[in-house]
Amino acid sequence: MTTIAIVDYGMGNLRSVAKALEHVAPRARITVTSSATDIAAADRVVFPGQGAARDCMASLRSHNLIESIAGAFKNKPFLGICMGLQVLFELSDENDGVPCLGYVEGSVMRFERSAGEREFKIPHMGWNQVGQSVDHKLWNKIEDNSHFYFVHSFYVEPEDKEIVSGTTSYLVDFCSAIASHNIFATQFHPEKSAESGLQLLKNFSEWQPV
Amino acid sequence: MGLAKRVIPCLDVDGGRVVKGINFVDIVDAGDPVEAARRYGDAGADELTFLDITASVDNRDTIYHVVEKVASEVFIPLTVGGGVRAVSDIRKLLNAGADKVSINTAAVHNPALVKEAADHVGSQCIVVAIDAKGVHREGETPRWEIFTHGGRKETGLDAIEWAIKMTELGAGELLVTSMDRDGTKSGFNLPLTRAIADAVSVPVIASGGVGTLEHLVEGVEQGGANAVLAASIFHFGEYTVSQAKQAMRDAGIEVRL
Repeated sequence: MTTIAIVDYGMGNLRSVAKALEHVAPRARITVTSSATDIAAADRVVFPGQGAARDCMASLRSHNLIESIAGAFKNKPFLGICMGLQVLFELSDENDGVPCLGYVEGSVMRFERSAGEREFKIPHMGWNQVGQSVDHKLWNKIEDNSHFYFVHSFYVEPEDKEIVSGTTSYLVDFCSAIASHNIFATQFHPEKSAESGLQLLKNFSEWQPV
Repeated sequence: MGLAKRVIPCLDVDGGRVVKGINFVDIVDAGDPVEAARRYGDAGADELTFLDITASVDNRDTIYHVVEKVASEVFIPLTVGGGVRAVSDIRKLLNAGADKVSINTAAVHNPALVKEAADHVGSQCIVVAIDAKGVHREGETPRWEIFTHGGRKETGLDAIEWAIKMTELGAGELLVTSMDRDGTKSGFNLPLTRAIADAVSVPVIASGGVGTLEHLVEGVEQGGANAVLAASIFHFGEYTVSQAKQAMRDAGIEVRL
């Protein structure tokens, strides 16, 4: 039986992620865990997150999870969600600059709106379209430009544009998903994105990165 | 291509059961919140809002079970409001599976709760409900004021100033209800919605008074709302959520169909 560990470091609503995975992968064992042993033993790892970058980093440290995340990031199917995408980068613009995990080269930028862009509310909250920049197993059976649910005020800017797997337009065209080897990470919340999101989670539960 | 305007059906829950009637064609148990939520989800609702109107404290815990059940079957964002007084209430609702919690009367009595809540769980989880009514006192310019207790108690607070203050304290979204319009089916209070939408940088949900699909279009186009919330037009089967979204799309509004 395949095991999917959802990393619990006290940041955000993990029940939704767990329930959505149970829904699409009824035969997998889904655990919400903050144990390094569980994460090391799992076949797949989901790294969610909500809130502020500084709090997320502090919480990862206080839960002694950085090594486990690094291990999973290297060698098993790994799905980052929302803050679980952003903290993979080197530096976040949030709170005047927060050093993050630095596994992915690039930074995390704040949405800026000019005086003429007042209709663009921040946070970017709601359903927006994701253009699929690459052909990827996780996009399997999901139509290009499908809507996914977003809630965020910051977006990632990878140095290596080759890893951009999805793009979305809001104030700017930003990277809403990345893919590289065994890693896939999304700015949107698949667990809250109805059919398209469930399909993506199902694809993740079956994904065998080469 | 861009961010879609949201359509949010609102369900009143009392003692764990949906009240005010749901009129789906082939629904088995119209009072079951899970079944109602599933139908709305299937029809393309962008989010769901549950309002816990349970008056007795004894029944209050039932809302947690409802949220748990809905969150394990319906995979769209879920907001829960009603009776939220402390950060511990918010945590319990989020742990049960809610994505956002709406604070109403408690924010008026204790504005610091909004800040405390946003600091603990993040602004993205905190919706502040603003119930406003037009007030015209002799010798004063007419304005909108905040009311509590279903519009019965006046507070003297100016609605626009209050909206700004709530976002400064950390509200991530505002649910603006016109007490003058609620239940009238005569449409949103568009000037009120517009005034608040223009005054704050966070998203605004328009609520109160929807009777036709045209009202939803107006809420976005004239009210400047990012989302529209309605109850009775959906419950009584007058319109479906997908009809609502189609009408918005026909009017040139970006929606998720």
